[in-house]
Amino acid sequence: MDELIIEPGRIERQYWTDLWRYRELFYFLAWRDLLVRYKQTVIGIAWALLRPLLVMLVFTVVFRRIAKLPSEGTAPYAVLVFAGMLPWQFVASSLTESSTSLISNVNLVSKIYFPRLIVPASSIITSFVDFLISFAILLVLMLWYRSVPSWHLLLLPAFIALAVLLAIGVGVWLCALNVKYRDFRYVVPFIVQFGLYVSPVGFSSSVVPPKWRLLYSLNPVVGIIDGFRWALIPGRVGLYWPGVACSVGLTTLLLFIGIWYFRKTERVFADII
Amino acid sequence: MSNSIIETEKLGKKYRLRHSGAGHGYVTLREAIVNGLKRMSRPMHSPVPASEDFWALNDLSFRVVLGETVAIIGRNGAGKSTLLKILSRITEPTVGRVRLKGRVSSLLEVGTGFHPELTGRENIYLNGTILGMTKKEVDRKFDAIVDFAGVDRFIDTPVKHFSSGMQVRLAFAVAAHLEPEILIIDEVLAVGDAVFQKKCLGKMQDVAADGRTVLFVSHDLAAVEKLCSRAILLDAGRCRADGPTKETIAHYQAAIVEAGSVDLNTRKDRRGAGLVKFSRIQILDEHFREPGVFLSGKPLRVRMHYLATGSKPLENCRVSLTFNGWGKTYFAASTELVSDDCLNLSPEGYIDCVIDELPLSLGTYYLGPFIEVNGEVQDWLDSAATLQVEDGNFYGTGRDYPKGGAGATVLVKHRWQTPQENPIAVETRDR
Repeated sequence: MDELIIEPGRIERQYWTDLWRYRELFYFLAWRDLLVRYKQTVIGIAWALLRPLLVMLVFTVVFRRIAKLPSEGTAPYAVLVFAGMLPWQFVASSLTESSTSLISNVNLVSKIYFPRLIVPASSIITSFVDFLISFAILLVLMLWYRSVPSWHLLLLPAFIALAVLLAIGVGVWLCALNVKYRDFRYVVPFIVQFGLYVSPVGFSSSVVPPKWRLLYSLNPVVGIIDGFRWALIPGRVGLYWPGVACSVGLTTLLLFIGIWYFRKTERVFADII
Repeated sequence: MSNSIIETEKLGKKYRLRHSGAGHGYVTLREAIVNGLKRMSRPMHSPVPASEDFWALNDLSFRVVLGETVAIIGRNGAGKSTLLKILSRITEPTVGRVRLKGRVSSLLEVGTGFHPELTGRENIYLNGTILGMTKKEVDRKFDAIVDFAGVDRFIDTPVKHFSSGMQVRLAFAVAAHLEPEILIIDEVLAVGDAVFQKKCLGKMQDVAADGRTVLFVSHDLAAVEKLCSRAILLDAGRCRADGPTKETIAHYQAAIVEAGSVDLNTRKDRRGAGLVKFSRIQILDEHFREPGVFLSGKPLRVRMHYLATGSKPLENCRVSLTFNGWGKTYFAASTELVSDDCLNLSPEGYIDCVIDELPLSLGTYYLGPFIEVNGEVQDWLDSAATLQVEDGNFYGTGRDYPKGGAGATVLVKHRWQTPQENPIAVETRDR
């Protein structure tokens, strides 16, 4: 029979083994979120298809037709927008989902024990499935335009991983802040909205003057979007490597801060939620 | 540690009580920023302690051996929920340690984690996992669970279309098939009808008879006595008594009586001018005794002792008494509501509030006395005494208000009529 000891600081010490032990709960929470998401909305998956297409349409018209910004490589502007929107949409919806995840699972948190990190982490899965659906659309779009990516495509998984890590890092941070400061939920939509404007979603980041480029890369999403475009768009697309390095560094930092803050607040979640 | 299955050693849990921003544990960002700025603008100001420590559990040690059914009893705020939270690892203790042998499952609230949009089948898997089963275990027990709940025809219907009774049955069925070594039950009996409660009790007895350990927390002393061989009485976070259920319950009832009449002279949390102050509140039954526990439907007399600073008679007084729960007032009794006469009181003495039929159901209530002299508030306390109510024969039918039923607490006498019994009403409607 297993023996379990409860004493101050104990949960702290076996946190990561517990996280592994409770992996099945992680799958089930993600599975529940997915089921609910595609059941609740009548149009379900159609919504996941429609949203990126509409955004792509608007951005292409605004930035290409009205602002007359240049594309990258040989890609049609629509592909450029879509390749940028893919990671952005994923990060943005992950932040929104995970920031409210603990509050909306309050009856679980106050009633049973499990490593709380499971909740915001599993909420990201829903966004990731949406991401995969959007990705399929992009593939169709690229087939349509007959734009075949080069060997760069092999590095795409690395950029996807970077986007996931960024989403987890910032997501769990916002999640913890949301539990601690209950009015923080008004801040999250603002962050997401603001992020859209300061990220090169509707345009190529090559339009940013070179001397501002490094400063611009302080937004970790910039490096990820650039990487996505570099991996997906054929032709002579340059990748601003200092930007990517910046993004990797910042993502790592945010991941550490996010998890550290979450773990610090986690001990009192059940008492304050 | 031989065959003991739960062992706690000097367990303690400290909470920090916040004096400002009462009511909730979290702060808002706005408050945090404002407080931060305040502190910055007054760096030399010595900080007023805005919080104080409160030990919800203190130096608690006990052992439970295999196959025992132990009840934890005590008043609200005695530390019962805190103990359960620690045992189910929702919060960590501040000091001390607990050793548990075997899997712990807590039935803190039936239906935790049910999602209304998901079907019965999906919810069984989800809830099973949440309560600590693996998918394989749920697979194995799935048919038995559905069978116990008796919902096989609706198993692929979203739970939101289930009746509340079906939801409770399904949730309990999942929990009942957990087969943990240690089962923690907190007031599950508060839901469902009498038949279902009986079924739950039966299932719990089976669990205990199987040689597993049950920890049972309840206000329902009758259920405790029926189910448990041993009971632990908590008071202010400490163990007051530990032994055979009957003895512990007797201790508990004695302790309630002891706390029944309270000296209020030391209280600081009062409002009003203070020329008259309440000194003591006694809660009496119809024979002017203090039984400690009162029954719904029986007479209740609240004797409010007061003392004025001067020796002049108090003219034009208004006295009232509120019956409160946590954060809300259920009803108030007031002299001005029931009398037109001007109320004059002697400078020292008591005034009784007499209620012929106590209209409250099972629970703990707090009495808030109030006195006003010549339009000026003199004394006002939120909670000057605790009133313990047990279900009695309020409606004259011998039936209690269903536990946990919506609208429990205040009981109101009422009648029902059908058109046949009231022909005049039928006529007017027909015209």
